[in-house]
Amino acid sequence: MYESMILRTIARLMLPLLLLLSLFMVVRGHHLPGGGFVGGLLAAAAIILQIVAFGPDYAREIVPINYLRLAAIGIGSATCWGLLALLQGEPFMAARWLDTAIPGIGKLGTPVMFDVGVYLTVIGVTTQLALVLAEEPTLYPLRRPPPRTEPVAPEA
Amino acid sequence: MANHLFFPLLVPLVSAVLATLVSQRRVIARSIALAAVLFNLGYSIWLLLAVGATGRMVTQADDFAAPFGISLVADGLSAIMLALTSVMMLVTMLYSFSTVSPYRERYYYYPLLLLLLFGCGGAFLTGDLFNLYVWFEVLLVASFGLITLGGERGQLEGGLKYVVLNLLGSTSFLVGAGLLYGVAGTLNMAHLSERLGTLEHSGIVTAVAGFFLFAYSSKAGLAPLFFWLPASYHTPSIAVTALFGGLLSKVGIYALYRVFGTVFQRELAWLAPLILLVAGVTMVVGVIGAMAQVNVRRILAFHIVSQMGYMAMGLGLAGTVGLAAGILFMAHNIVVKTALFLIGGTAEHLSGTGELKQMGGMARREPILAGLWLLASFSLAGLPPLSGFFGKLGLIQVGLEQGQWLMVGVAAAVSLFTLFSMLKIWNEVFWKKAYVDQTGMPRASALLLAPSALLVALSIAIGFGASPVLNYSRYSAEQVFNTQRLVQDVCGSAGCEAVTSTAN
Repeated sequence: MYESMILRTIARLMLPLLLLLSLFMVVRGHHLPGGGFVGGLLAAAAIILQIVAFGPDYAREIVPINYLRLAAIGIGSATCWGLLALLQGEPFMAARWLDTAIPGIGKLGTPVMFDVGVYLTVIGVTTQLALVLAEEPTLYPLRRPPPRTEPVAPEA
Repeated sequence: MANHLFFPLLVPLVSAVLATLVSQRRVIARSIALAAVLFNLGYSIWLLLAVGATGRMVTQADDFAAPFGISLVADGLSAIMLALTSVMMLVTMLYSFSTVSPYRERYYYYPLLLLLLFGCGGAFLTGDLFNLYVWFEVLLVASFGLITLGGERGQLEGGLKYVVLNLLGSTSFLVGAGLLYGVAGTLNMAHLSERLGTLEHSGIVTAVAGFFLFAYSSKAGLAPLFFWLPASYHTPSIAVTALFGGLLSKVGIYALYRVFGTVFQRELAWLAPLILLVAGVTMVVGVIGAMAQVNVRRILAFHIVSQMGYMAMGLGLAGTVGLAAGILFMAHNIVVKTALFLIGGTAEHLSGTGELKQMGGMARREPILAGLWLLASFSLAGLPPLSGFFGKLGLIQVGLEQGQWLMVGVAAAVSLFTLFSMLKIWNEVFWKKAYVDQTGMPRASALLLAPSALLVALSIAIGFGASPVLNYSRYSAEQVFNTQRLVQDVCGSAGCEAVTSTAN
C-alpha cells in the first residue's frame, strides 16, 4: 500500500464511479463495444485500486465477498442461461429474447444474462488473483512484512 | 442434431461449480463429484453403443451452420476416449476417497477433477481445431492445479517443469493453428480436410503440420520431448498420478490421431517415416530410462513414455489397420497403466515410501494386491490372454505386413524389457523380505483394492472380448480416415465449401 493522500482521495472517489461504469459496460455490451469481460475488468480495477491505495485488508473490508465463490456463481449462472435452450430441445447457447425492451436497459435476453455471468466470473478471478498476490507477506510495498524477531537461519 | 452431446460437458462444469461452493463440506462435494462422473459414465457407454449402431453424431452450438460455428462431433474414437475417461475418473475418484488428505479435498480437489473431466470431454468431442486448443488449455489448467495441490517442495518443482514444457507445446499448437488459419481460412476440421486438398501451395501445409506434430508430441511425451513427464508425474498424490499417467498423457496421442488422420492425411504419408523413427526411439529410451530408476512411480512414469511409442507407431503405420491397432493399444494402455499406478501407489501408500530399497514383503502381507500387480504387469508386457497381448499383436501384424522389420523387432524387444522392469518392482516390493518391521503397517482396505481390481478385470475382459473391441477400433479408425463422410455429416451433403459460398 502507498501512503499517498492524492492516491487515496482519488481511489475513494473512483470506487463508485468505476463500479457504475462497469455496470454500464455490461448493459451496453451486447451490440456495442463493451460486455461482461470488459465490465468485469473495470469492476476488478475499482477494487484493485483500493488494494493499492489502502492495502488488501481494507479492500476485503469494504467489499466483503468471497471472490472464488463469486467466480463459481458467475460460471454457473452463465452456463444455466445457455442451458435454457438445450432443455427446450435446441442446441446449447441458442438465444432467447424478451419481446419488449426494458426502458433504460434495452432488450434483455439470454446472451445478456450470459454476459452478466462472465462479468461476475471476471471480477471474481481478477480480484482474487490480485488479493492473493497482495497478501503475500514478502511482497513489498503492497503490505509491509512483519518485523523479523528471530535471527535468520543459514540456508541448508 | 445430437444436442445431447453437450451434456457430458455441462454436467461436469455445473457440478464443478457446485462442488466449489460446498468445498468445505467434504461429503457433499464427494457426492456431487461422484454423481457427475456416474452420469458421464452412463452417457458415454450409451454413446459408444449409439455411435457404433448409427454412426457419427454432430451438433452445432447456438445453431450456427457448420464451418462458421462450433461443431461437436462424436465418432467411434471420441466415444471410446470419452468412455475410458469416465471409467478412469470413476476409479481415481473412488481411490481418492480413501487416500487424499482432507486438507487437499477442501482445497478444491473435486472441482479440479471435474474441470479435468470437462476439458477432456471437450477435447474428445470438438470438431474444430481452435476449440481443441482451448479444451487443451482447460484440461491443462485443471491439471496444473491438481499437480501442485498441496504445495509440497517436490510437487512445485515437478509442477514447474510440467507447466513450462506444456506451455511450450501449447505455444507451438497456437502458432500452428494461426498459420493454418492463414493458409486455409478455416479451422473446422471437416472444412479443413475438404479445403487442404485443393490448396495450391501445399508445401506450407507440411510445415504447419510440423508445428502440430511438435505440439502433440510434447504433450504426449514422445522422444525427444518427454523430459517433463517422468520429472513431474511421481510428485502429486497417487490418485492424481494414476489419472495423469493413465489418461492425460493419451490426450496428446488422441490429438495426433485425430488431426493427422483427418486433417493432415497427405502430410501423414510424408511424415510417417519420421513418426515411426520417433516411436522407436521413444520406446527404447523410455524402457532404458525405467531401468535406472529405483522408485515405483518413477519406473512406471518412464514406462508411460515407452508405451507412448507403441501408440505413435500405430499412427506411423499410416493406414486404417495401423490406426485401429493403435486405438486398441491406447484403450488397453489407459486401463492397465492406471491400474499399475493404483496398485503400486497402494503399496507405496501402505509402506509410506516409494523407494524400492525400503519396501518389501508385500506379497505375504497383501496377497490380493500382489496378484493384481502380476496380472496388470503381465498385461502391460503383453502376455496372452490379457489385453496387452492383442494390442501389441495388432501393431506387430500390421508392421510385418508393411515390411517394417526393424520397428517390429524394436517393439517386440521393448516388451521383454518392460517385463523385466515390472518383475523388478515385483521382486523389490512384493517378493523380497520386508525391509522394515511391518507390524504397525496398515492393511489395504477394500476401498483401496476395488478400483485397481475393477481395472484389472476390465483388462482381462478386453483380452477375452478382443474381437468386438478390435472391430470397434477398426470401425473408429475408418471413421477417422473417411473425410468425405465427415464433411457430409458436419456440413451437409453438399459439403462445407458449398455452405461458405452461399453465405458469401
